[in-house]
Parts: sequence; structure tokens; C-alpha cells
Amino acid sequence: MDNLEKIVSDALEQFGRIDDATQLEQAKARFLGKAGALTDLLKGLGKLPAEERREAGSRINAAKERIEAALTERRDALARLQLDARLAEEALDVTLPGRGAGRGRLHPLTRTQDRIEAIFRSIGFDVADGPEIETDWNNFTALNNPENHPARSMQDTFYVEAKDKDGRPLLLRTHTSPMQVRYARMHTPPIKVIAPGRTYRVDSDATHSPMFHQVEGLWIDENISFADLKGVYTEFLRRFFETEELDVRFRPSFFPFTEPSAEIDMAFAAGPSKGKWLEISGAGQVHPVVIRNFGLDPERYIGFAFGSGVERLAMLRYGISDLRLFYDGDLRFLQQFA
Amino acid sequence: MKFSELWLRSFVDPSLSTAELAHALTMAGLEVETIEPAAAPFSKVVVAEVLEVARHPNADRLSVCQVNIGEPAPLTIVCGAPNVVAGMRVPCALIGARLTGENGAAFDIKRSSLRGVESQGMLCSAKELGIADDHSGLLPLAADAPIGRDVREVLALDDTVFTLKLTPNRADCLSLLGVAREVAAITGAALQPPQIKPVAAQNAARHPVKISAPEGCGRFTGRVIRNVNAAAPVPDWMVQRLARAGQRSISALVDVTNYVMLELGRPLHVYDLDKLAGAIDVRFGRKGERVKLLNEQTVDVDEGVLCITDSSGPVGLAGIMGGDSTKAETDSRNIYLESAFFYPEAIAGRSRRYNFTSDAAHRFERGVDFDNNVAGIERATELILAICGGEPGPTDDLVARLPERKPVRVRSARAAKVIGIDLDDKEIGEIFSRLDLAAVKTADGYSVTPPSYRFDIAIEEDLIEEIARIHGYERIPASRPRVRAAMREQPETVRPLTRVKEAIAARDYQEVVNFSFVETEWERDFCGNDAPVKLLNPISTQHAVMRSSLAGSLVANVRYNLNRKQGRVRVFELGRVFRADAGVADGPLTVGGIDQPLKLAAIAYGPARPEQWGLAQRDVDFYDLKGDVESLLVPWQLRFERTNHPALHPGRAANVLIDGRCIGWLGELHPRWQQKYELPQAPILFELELDALLAARMPQYREVSKFPPVIRDLALVVDESVSAQTLLELMLGSRPAVVQDLCLFDLYRGKGVDAGKKSLAFRVVMQDTSKTLTDAEAEEAIAQLLQLVARSVGAKLRT
Repeated sequence: MDNLEKIVSDALEQFGRIDDATQLEQAKARFLGKAGALTDLLKGLGKLPAEERREAGSRINAAKERIEAALTERRDALARLQLDARLAEEALDVTLPGRGAGRGRLHPLTRTQDRIEAIFRSIGFDVADGPEIETDWNNFTALNNPENHPARSMQDTFYVEAKDKDGRPLLLRTHTSPMQVRYARMHTPPIKVIAPGRTYRVDSDATHSPMFHQVEGLWIDENISFADLKGVYTEFLRRFFETEELDVRFRPSFFPFTEPSAEIDMAFAAGPSKGKWLEISGAGQVHPVVIRNFGLDPERYIGFAFGSGVERLAMLRYGISDLRLFYDGDLRFLQQFA
Repeated sequence: MKFSELWLRSFVDPSLSTAELAHALTMAGLEVETIEPAAAPFSKVVVAEVLEVARHPNADRLSVCQVNIGEPAPLTIVCGAPNVVAGMRVPCALIGARLTGENGAAFDIKRSSLRGVESQGMLCSAKELGIADDHSGLLPLAADAPIGRDVREVLALDDTVFTLKLTPNRADCLSLLGVAREVAAITGAALQPPQIKPVAAQNAARHPVKISAPEGCGRFTGRVIRNVNAAAPVPDWMVQRLARAGQRSISALVDVTNYVMLELGRPLHVYDLDKLAGAIDVRFGRKGERVKLLNEQTVDVDEGVLCITDSSGPVGLAGIMGGDSTKAETDSRNIYLESAFFYPEAIAGRSRRYNFTSDAAHRFERGVDFDNNVAGIERATELILAICGGEPGPTDDLVARLPERKPVRVRSARAAKVIGIDLDDKEIGEIFSRLDLAAVKTADGYSVTPPSYRFDIAIEEDLIEEIARIHGYERIPASRPRVRAAMREQPETVRPLTRVKEAIAARDYQEVVNFSFVETEWERDFCGNDAPVKLLNPISTQHAVMRSSLAGSLVANVRYNLNRKQGRVRVFELGRVFRADAGVADGPLTVGGIDQPLKLAAIAYGPARPEQWGLAQRDVDFYDLKGDVESLLVPWQLRFERTNHPALHPGRAANVLIDGRCIGWLGELHPRWQQKYELPQAPILFELELDALLAARMPQYREVSKFPPVIRDLALVVDESVSAQTLLELMLGSRPAVVQDLCLFDLYRGKGVDAGKKSLAFRVVMQDTSKTLTDAEAEEAIAQLLQLVARSVGAKLRT
């Protein structure tokens, strides 16, 4: 009986030295197995007098519990060590690049157009698109362009080898304004729409591309004024460039399809081009002849229209200096717009 | 429109600086493009008289001049100019003078010795004073230029040249008087128009005129002046004002007409009276007639071209340019002055037809004052008499039909509503009076009769614009419209365009934007299109026709980037393509005869994946792009059918179909084009209708089965000619109810499979929604599938 403590301390000491699961199980057998030291003691209980048996039994059991607890603890510790070893072995170089496909990017003009659309959608504008080969009526006549206007000449407008039902040659739209006419004829006021898209003019040099992009804006209702145009367009520019440090000025100009007409200039109030006025858009109150061509009564409906160059906005936004970069398809340029 | 500020200020002189004046004009709609000083800054340059010119003792090309600057002793100045002669008056920079060098930096004139002779100043050319580019010799000054006086003062060099970019509606501002009127209106400064007094006739000489085309020529005013000296020198002040308006001095008569045109906006023409053959008749041309113009160009006229004619036929294009045969020259003695009004509609576009333009045409096309014909003649007569002498006859003023000037009404409330400001009648009245418009008060606004020099006031909005302009655009507030909040429809069955673009970009394609016009050859090669929509006026042969496919442009994108050492190119474009199609009618969004749908196309060249450590490199192939197409078109059930497409390898090309409708194609570039367009490898490309990509489906929910699926593999051996699609469609089309899904997971040829055969292995997922499927039921379903394909295409179970 007296060596009970010794058995326990032997077991604890032996378990502590073992760092292999199999050996640990063998050691367990030496103490708790059929021929183990404690088992021997338990077997000897029967020889004790009944009054001692109870007490001796509980002491042996307590010792057994201590040995079992030590065993469990050691088993867990060994399992932990084993796992640690495995984990260490399985460690990766997490800095190796990820596997897989690359990713393309959207064209800077698409980015720009998306921004414009999002800003105008946020105040309830619709977005429309339509044909690029247009009729003379939609591109010029409906927009109050006089018959002999130089814009109609072959020096300014691309014509194609096909005619409309009046026998006039079809043309490549010179602005997105024909979409004003088409959209307005398809809808009833209030009409709030922007129409971004490709446009074409006979012009090709460092600052002009024969194909370029415009975004047309149109807001027609019973009470949409020139002051509203100033408010809406000024706010658009501030949202687009994400700055309040932007000056916008409207100065009188002339377009056949608006009256009063304005040229809109903007100037950054900070940054490298601070204070320099840049022409950004043509705009004005839609001309009554055009409203009538929308199929509406100009006495009842008024409103504004504007047309802005998407390339111009993109160049100012991203600091791009050469217009031709947009159409070269050069990946080294395009991939920068991530 | 270019002019001298001093000239303008002689008519209206607001208390504004040059910069303020320029800003005021710009903000009133007369955009000032540039303001440039008439001369470079310089000081201490005076009028000198050359007294003596002697050869320099040590230099052949230099002269030693004695020069009088009004001091008791003459100066000795060494000069290299070839035109220096005794007696001439020239600018002389004194010792201590400061000039501006060619680089813009100032330099000082010092006492210096030139090859041993001391020079006490410098005689100057126009270029050295920054007046003009002429560096050929000294700038000769008038013979009576006051000796010793500051040249800046004598030549009025403290002046600025304004260049306006005028809008086409403001032809009334194509003159100093017109701009002055505008400045007076904007600034409130008083207008002092030139005082024009009639010049009395000294004889009865007249030239007969007839207007046969009153619809083209509304008025024709003329005058004979006899015995002029057309070779008389033009006074400096006139040369100077013309020069600052961008007009070179030509001869006294031409300069006077240009001067009056610039001053009053009144184009004039001078004929040599002795060269006119009989009466002038203003009429439209006749087929077969031609005329040689002042610019030496000979043009054919017809019934659409208004002409000035005499008994010999046309002697000029009315309102555009005079003819060579009747032109006044420096030896002309008797002249006839023309001051006519031609209707804009009769002039517009005509000079462009002949590929030239003139100052007169520019003005008449836009509208010329029809009330200053006589004033123009009188002003020109006065100037000609002063410069060339001569004896004028009476002024003949023939009026055929003048433009009507109907009063235009403007309602104050309408003006306030359109502009968006509070406006009262009083302010509007003041604006009209500042503009010198004849306005009569009406019950609700004003009635305005436009003046003869304005051709842009016909409707109420024209007046509203004038009100807004003079009120000041800058003073109109920037307001935000109040609107009823309304939400837009957002159909779930339409995918937003940006999402389509983002989806393809996510599959590693870079977006590009290419021109819609391409080379004719591309259409033939890539589309088999021999009849593309042609441009009538392309900018070059590379941009001759409208593309009917995006393919050619994408191939060009690959080439461009390969040439710049980019070995892997994957790009896409979204754009319209164009094809003549008689089946397309005019509609809300269509143009009759032309089909112009939006397409999405992509091309991939080089390695399938970007170079990386964890994947073996391989080149992109048909199935890579097929996967891209499939992913873009989820959830639609696609069919792919072999096809012949001009751009594609005939064995590696497929049409893409949804519900039997072809919505695009996919394939490898034809080896012929790969070679022709110099691509080391064949790219794979596809083109899809955007409409198909935008279509989305409303999802339909089905209950998820609670019972476990049973999965079986089925390997079938079939003839090579049996396509995977055939097998799949057969099995899916007649599958037993428990078969939920079928997917091809292996393709095998070789050992164990006979030549000419292939093995296709399918994974079959079976499930019952109401109970757990038994093995027996699963085996039965597989047996049915097998039987189906065995019967239809002779498929056998692979063993």
C-alpha cells in the first residue's frame, strides 16, 4: 500500500519522458494494464479486511485517476506536437503569386461614360442609344439646321453611299443630338435622358479624330429653365471631377438647335491647370422649332439640352494629353485604367 | 474678325482696360480668341531722317549714315540694311533704347564700334520693332513723319489687336461699327458712329443698272467717279488699320473698299468703268456661262448662281468676287463703285461650291445691312477723293425688294420662365434700349422691330436670348429643378450593358475602341462582304467603308500590339456594325435600308493564361473561347454548329445558336488570313449580338430534393462523326424522369478504342424528388439511356 505514491510518481515521471505515442501506450500497460502495478494492488484488495478494503480501494482509485489524467495530458501533448510538426512541414510560401487567369479592363472612355451615366441616373435620367448612320432629317433638319449650313457639307460631314426615303444621302451622325429627337418622339414629358455614343466628323489631326464620342443631355418639362441648365451642368462637373474647386461659366453662343445658347467653360480652382478656362460643352434652351419636331407644343414645354465631348472629359479627368491614344488599341496605355 | 483696339475705341470708349474689354466681349457672346500687342515693347525709338549714306571703310555690306533726329548735331550710325538711302525717314533706336529681341528678352542699344566706326544708335526694321516679320530692310516711314518724335506715337503702336471668334448669327459684328454697337450695349458707353456726309456730285456721269433677279439682289447702289489717280499712295493710318485687321495694303481703291467694309460692314466693289460693256444686269447665271474671277480662277456658273453681268455676260459673282475683265487697276481712270444688298439665301454655299471664300461672301451669306448702301458709297467716295482725287457723279440707289422686318413679340413672363429669373418689363425695356432695338410696349411685353443690320431676330426666343445676354449669363443663378420624384423601371430580364462589359473584362479581355470605318479589303477578307456601306468622302482609303463586323479591327489590334512586343493579346470591342439591308424600315430607332446592330467581339492570341509559375504554358484554343462565350451567355442553352465563315478556319468555326436562332460565331482565324496579316500564330475570335447578351431570364424556383442523388458514369464508344452535342441532346431530350443532369467529363481515343471511334464519358446525376432512388431504378435509367444512344447513333458501352 505504501508504494502507491511511488507508483504514481513513477508513472508521471515515465510518461513525461516519453515522446512517442506507441511507447506511451506501452508505459500505460505497465501501470494500468492487466499486469500493471495498480492492477496488482487492486487484485490484492480482496485479501484485506473489509473495514480496510474500502479505504484502500478509494486510495488506489484516486491514484489510478491521477495516472489516467497524466496519461491523457501526455497523449494530447504528443498529438499537439505531431500536428505542429505536420503543419510546419506543410507550410507554403504564401508570397508566390496566385494561380489563374488575368483580368481585362474597361476602356477609359467606357469608364468616363459610366461615370457620366451614373451621375445623371442618380437624378432620374434615362440613358438611350441609337443609330450612327442617320438621316439628314434627324441629324440636321429636325435640329433646325438651315439647308445651306456649312456643317452639312462634305468637308464637315461623312456621307455614305445610301439614301433615305427622300433621296438624300444618309450620313454618319455628327453629334448625338439626333437621339434627342428620336427619344423625345418615343416618350412623353417629363423627358430626362442622356445619350452617349460615337459621333463622326471630317476632321483628322492631333486634336481631332474623325470618330469621337459625345454625350447628349435633354430635359424637357413644363418649367425647365436656363437657370436649371446652369445648376444641373455645374453640379454634374463637380460630381464628375469630384471637387468643389471648379469654376464654371456660361457664355452666349450660337447653335441652330438651342436658344438661348451657351458655351460652357470650366476651370479648376486648384492644381496644375488652375484658372485656365477650358471649353467643355455646348448647351442651351431647346429651340421651339426643335420642340415642335419632337412632336410637342413649345408653348407648353421648355427645357435644356447639352452636348459634351466624352474624350475631353476623360482627358481632363485622367490627365491624358493625346487624343489618338483612345483609338490605338495599345495595351500598354489601356491597361493603366484598372 | 480682327481689328485694332484704338480703331474700336474711336467709336466707343468704355472705361475698361483692354483685358476687361476682352472679357466683357467674350461674356456677351463675342468670343475674344486672342489679344496681341500691335508691336513689341520698346522705348527711345524716334523718327530719324537719313541725311547722308557713305560706304563703310572696312565692310562692303555696311553703310555709315548721318542721321537727323532733330538735335543740333546729326548722329553717326552704322547700318546694314540694303534699302537705306539719303532722304528717307526711318525709326532710329537711340543710345539707351530698350528693344525686344527675337527670343522675347529685352536688349539695350549701347554706343558701340562696328569695324572701327562708332555707331550712335540703330536704324530699325519692322521686325526689330516687333511690328511685322519684314526683315528685308529698314521700316520706311512717311515722308512727313515728324523728325525726333517717338515712333510708338507716330505709328500708334500702343495698340492691341483683337481677334474675335464670331458665331454665324452675329454677322452684324463683322465690322468695327458693329462691334462698337455691341460694346455700347454691354457697357453703356456712348456710341460715336463715324460721321458720314454725302459727297456732292460734280458731274452727271451714271452707269445704267438693272436688277433682273430681285429675289437675289434687293438693292444696288452705285456711283461713277471720273479721273481718279488709282496709283496714289495709301496713307499710313489706313495701311496700319488694315494691317491690324489682317488686310495687306494692295492699292488705294482696293484698300478703300476694304476699309469701308471693315468700318461699316459694307462690302463694296470697284469696276473699271471703261471695261464695262454696257448696262449692268444682276441676274442668275445661265448654263454654259463662265467667268474669270479676281483670284484668277475661272468658274462655270448656272441658274443657281447670282451674277453681275454686262452685255458680254457675267463679269463677277454677286456678293462673292468680282471678275478679272472689269477690275480696277492702278492705271484705271474712271471707276464705278458698287454697294449692293444680296439675300443670304442667294449667296450661301455658292463660294464653297467653287472651293474658295471671300470677305464679301462671308458677310453676304450671313446678312449685310440693307440700309447702309448709300452711306457706304458716300464714305468710300470721300476716302477715294481724299486719296486719289476724281470727280464723282450722282449716287444711284436702285431698290428692288428689301427684306421684310416684321415686329417680333416677346412676353416678359415667357422670358422670365425660359431664363429662370425674375424679370420685369422695366429691365427688359432697358435692355432693348441699350441694344438700340425699336421696342414698343405691349400688354404683356414688347414688340420689337429688328434693325436692318440684324438677321438673327425673327422669333420670341431670339429676343429672349438678347435679354439673357445683356442681363448677363453670369448673373443668372445656377438653380436645381424641383421635380416630382419618380422611379424608373428596372426590368430584371434586361442585363445592364456595363455588366456585360464587366463580365467579359473579368474573363481577361481588355476593352478597345476602334474606328467604325475600315479598309475595303477587311470587309472582303473577314466578312466576305463585297458590297459594304461605302463612305462618299472618306478621310483615307484605310477608312473607306463601314465595317459589318468588328473582326478586322480586332485582328489589327493584335498586330499593333505584337509589333510592340506584347506576346499575349486579348481584347474585346463593343460597337455597331453596318450592313445595307432593304428589309430594315425607318423606325423610332432604325434607319431604313441600313441594319446597324451592336455587337460584342473578342479576340485572343498567344498563351491561354498569363505566364505564371503554377500552370504549364499552353496556347489559347477554340475551347477556351467557347468557354468564354458560354459563360457570357449563362443561363441560355447554347448550341454550336459547324459553319463556314470567311474569317475562320473551316474545321474550327461554329455558329452560336439560342433556340435555333444564330446569335454569333466563334472560331480560329483562317490560316490564309493568319499568313496575309502576318500573325505567327492563329488567334481565336468570336462575335456575338449584343441583344442576346443583354437578355436575361427571370429565375424560376424549383424545390430542392431532400433525397440523395445517385451518380453513375457512362462511357460510350461512338464513331468519330458523332458529335458530343448529338449525344448530349439525344440523352437530355428523351431522358428518363429521374435523370437530373448529364455532363461530359472525358474524351478518349487510342488504346482500347478502335480507330475511327472515340469514347465519350458522361456523368449522370439521378434523383427522385419524392423518395430515395434504389440501385435498381438507377440501373434501369442508365440502361434506357444506353439503349437510346445505341439505337440512334450506334453507341456502345465502353468495356
